[in-house]
Amino acid sequence: MSTNPEIAALANREYEAGFTTEVESDTVAPGLDEGVIRLISDKKGEPAWLLDWRLRAFARWQEMREEDARWAKVRFPKLDYQAISYYSSPKHKKKLASMDEVDPEIRATFEKLGIPLSEQKLLSGVAVDAVFDSVSVATTFRAKLAELGIVFCSFSDAVKSHPELVRKYLGSVVPYSDNYFATLNSAVFTDGSFVYIPPGVRCPMELSTYFRINEAKTGQFERTLIVADEGAYVSYLEGCTAPMRDENQLHAAVVELVAFERATIKYSTVQNWYPGDKEGRGGIYNFVTKRGACRGKRSKISWTQVETGSAITWKYPSCILQGDDSVGEFYSVAVTNHHQQADTGTKMIHIGKNTKSTIVSKGISCGQGQQTYRGLVEIHQKATGARNHSQCDSLLIGDRCGAHTFPYLDVRNASAQVEHEATTSKISEDQLFYCQQRGLGTEDAVSMIVNGFCKEVFRELPMEFAVEASKLLSVTLEGAVG
Amino acid sequence: MLEIRNLHARVEGKEILRGLDLVVRAGEVHAVMGPNGSGKSTLANVLAGREGYEVTAGSVLYRGRDLLALTPEERAREGVFLAFQYPVEIPGVTNSYFMRAATNAVRRHRGLPEYDAIDFLTLVKQTMKSLEMDEKFLARSVNEGFSGGEKKRNEILQMLLLEPTLAVLDETDSGLDIDALRIVADGVNRLRSPERAVLAITHYQRLLDYLVPDQTHVLMEGRIVKSGDRSLALELEKRGYGWIEREVAGAAPA
Repeated sequence: MSTNPEIAALANREYEAGFTTEVESDTVAPGLDEGVIRLISDKKGEPAWLLDWRLRAFARWQEMREEDARWAKVRFPKLDYQAISYYSSPKHKKKLASMDEVDPEIRATFEKLGIPLSEQKLLSGVAVDAVFDSVSVATTFRAKLAELGIVFCSFSDAVKSHPELVRKYLGSVVPYSDNYFATLNSAVFTDGSFVYIPPGVRCPMELSTYFRINEAKTGQFERTLIVADEGAYVSYLEGCTAPMRDENQLHAAVVELVAFERATIKYSTVQNWYPGDKEGRGGIYNFVTKRGACRGKRSKISWTQVETGSAITWKYPSCILQGDDSVGEFYSVAVTNHHQQADTGTKMIHIGKNTKSTIVSKGISCGQGQQTYRGLVEIHQKATGARNHSQCDSLLIGDRCGAHTFPYLDVRNASAQVEHEATTSKISEDQLFYCQQRGLGTEDAVSMIVNGFCKEVFRELPMEFAVEASKLLSVTLEGAVG
Repeated sequence: MLEIRNLHARVEGKEILRGLDLVVRAGEVHAVMGPNGSGKSTLANVLAGREGYEVTAGSVLYRGRDLLALTPEERAREGVFLAFQYPVEIPGVTNSYFMRAATNAVRRHRGLPEYDAIDFLTLVKQTMKSLEMDEKFLARSVNEGFSGGEKKRNEILQMLLLEPTLAVLDETDSGLDIDALRIVADGVNRLRSPERAVLAITHYQRLLDYLVPDQTHVLMEGRIVKSGDRSLALELEKRGYGWIEREVAGAAPA
């Protein structure tokens, strides 16, 4: 397989989303101290309680050591947190009434990425809260959602318009002291998204946010908070691509989900941050803390992620199943090519009775990619009747990559049922040849085989995302067999 | 259609084909028989362009072109079809999706319009009916969990959809009961036309009861050592290969 020149050529293709946009930016000089945090808070016109919360996080962070966050099976050089600029926003400060007022450069960037922030999106029923760098530049469909009492806006707007909600839930799932990167985020986050679905309301459209890092040396510290009140339903889509950069860029986001009685939150991610070049230079460090709390009875949180990008991915979207009969799900496809590293998985914490969790993880490793599934299933003493099913499959392409599985089980209730299945396989030459003999090109064949492998996860994605995910997978796998 | 001259090929450093000559004209069906290890499957794989089968000498002309210079997918698109001895399973990829992708890849190459989902479904259902295949196989993953006979039928289904110019059947008859054998042979017979040719590699002559060949060849130690008509197959069935071995040994120069 390693000799196929066609595949080798594909392997050397450049990252397709690698371009940058020239937009005048309002960027704070690199460095981090209390003054910078006060500046961020001030620029955003935040209330005192929020500044106070940031400062407490910062104080905590200074006591923490990055080494303690290095337990994952990933390797990266020491990061210089003083070399990062912690605030950057496009200079448009006035409120925009329509898309026409958005900077044409920014609109062009979204177009290049195939993200039409326009009527097409509206017609297809997607309201888009576009995060360009750290500050939202446009929010659409807000009026319609507002009719239903749904709040969907940038985090900064939420702080202004719904301070009581933000104050109540911010840090309630991921406390500011949680871990090195989440704590850093708590101190310096600039923006993100906020969603609140009132009791009994089913959000009529998929909510989506596109993130994009665009300012050199600017770390992105997004913060997302989604609250689904009793009996509410929401499906949220998060998708990212980033332009090519030589320096490593730190991305330390925090996502918190809260689901009350009978509420359902479905959170889907397609992540395609710049993975670095084929020698492993550059690329995003994606250190994300995502956690959801099923607070009420029969509530449900479902995470679906397709991780194809980033030099390093470190994330464990988790569910705390507090309510009786609550349900947690984690469906993941992670791809590592060239020198990418991923240590990803989930935590399912069963606290309530008859709680149920499902884990389906599909890892694809090619080139010199290293991939780890790390998952924890914890059944507390009182979680009578808890059930978990985990399935972790790894697909290896080529012979220089690696796949590792670390399932942790902590069961303290004898009535619990916990199942774990794991497989590791390789794309066989037989499969490849079979496809080719039917007239399919190598690239199409690999893509088809891998898509088949990921099917159980893709079918959890909303339709439009599934198509995008499958396309991304093909792009990421170019050259995979080389 | 197909002109194989002095073909030598190695697998894992071992020479398997040692100067094979074979000419198949359009409209003909040729049967290639031979004992185990004589090079039958190697011939099929070399024609299809499988990696690891190294041609060390000789030439293969297909419709006047150098077949060996083409990639496996180019050969397939140019009309060379191999019915696999061991069809491969592809989990998670539905049979209908796979077949439509393949059919359209081939049609695109031939400058024919691609099938949309509906047209293709109509066509494939019709074809399946003729092979007495249940439609449930459309929604199942390619060959996954299929019985031996079901896999072989699935190969023939694909062959009929891809409409190859040269179909190479690599022991398609093995593992089939008599009813399945008849259905598969009917499928192949349906493909027969003055523009097409079939190369049927087989262990047993029973397939040839249904798929009457224009010529039968005996492959032994990497060479065609004897050719004849249909009666040669019957004779092999009765007498085995020993007599040919002796005949060849006797004829070989000292």
